[in-house]
Amino acid sequence: MTVRYDDVEVGTELPAQTFGVQRVNLVMYAGASGDFNPIHWNERFATAVGLPNVIAHGMFTMAEAARVLTDWAGDPGAVEEYGVRFTRPVVVPDDEKGATIEVTGKVTEKLEGNRVAIDLSARSGGETVLAKARAVVRLG
Amino acid sequence: MALDQSFVGRKYPPTPAYEVGREKIREFADAIGDPNPAYRDADAARALGYPDVIAPPTFPIVLSMRAGAQVAFDPELGLDYSRVVHGEQRFVYSRPVRAGDRLTVTVSVESIRSAAGNDLLTTRGDVSTADGELVLTAYSTLVARGTAGS
Repeated sequence: MTVRYDDVEVGTELPAQTFGVQRVNLVMYAGASGDFNPIHWNERFATAVGLPNVIAHGMFTMAEAARVLTDWAGDPGAVEEYGVRFTRPVVVPDDEKGATIEVTGKVTEKLEGNRVAIDLSARSGGETVLAKARAVVRLG
Repeated sequence: MALDQSFVGRKYPPTPAYEVGREKIREFADAIGDPNPAYRDADAARALGYPDVIAPPTFPIVLSMRAGAQVAFDPELGLDYSRVVHGEQRFVYSRPVRAGDRLTVTVSVESIRSAAGNDLLTTRGDVSTADGELVLTAYSTLVARGTAGS
């Protein structure tokens, strides 16, 4: 699917996606990213520092939210800017279900050069986990 | 105690070159569960106009976080890392990172603020090829909770 600039209006919604997160995903992300902070894989450590349980890497959540952009744009290299504020942690219990991250997005502005500004929303456990999640994407 | 404002603008030496490998990109894409062929299949990436597989948008954190540690662990700055959480992250790209890139990161201190008793440190990492082509800039804000005093 390729989205064209001319087919997009302010308010156009990107297809929403829900991403599951289990402990194994955080272990894989720790290895791939090099971020071995134990709050992301060691429940004993996480609870000792006051967290309700192991939490996902903020950058893991940021990566999942980006998939709503890249799946929509078709070309993952079309993302020109992408920023987020981490507001609340995604808590990942050690069970079969883990956690889910629900991501939506919509076009907030049409820019010159076939580019669009997008606001994303990411929620987990009924809470907003990313704020000011904004991107600029170049379309065909 | 609030962080020393005189660190704003301080620039750290470029990091040693990091060579981006196809299998590292695949490993990262697997870790975020993203099956996009542009991250795995050079032909799929070429069809999009790239010379080799490209990396997901947040892949540069692999380089920029390591580079930013120069600031976060600078004993002169004295950030209390035990109280640090990742507050904000932003990337501004000239082009996607791709397999075969040899990248260095030049980190500088973008801003130091205090808010609600927290210290906020924003670093800027300019990620460039060995030839000096700027590929992207990564901005990271670390929040040290409760370290700024009242």
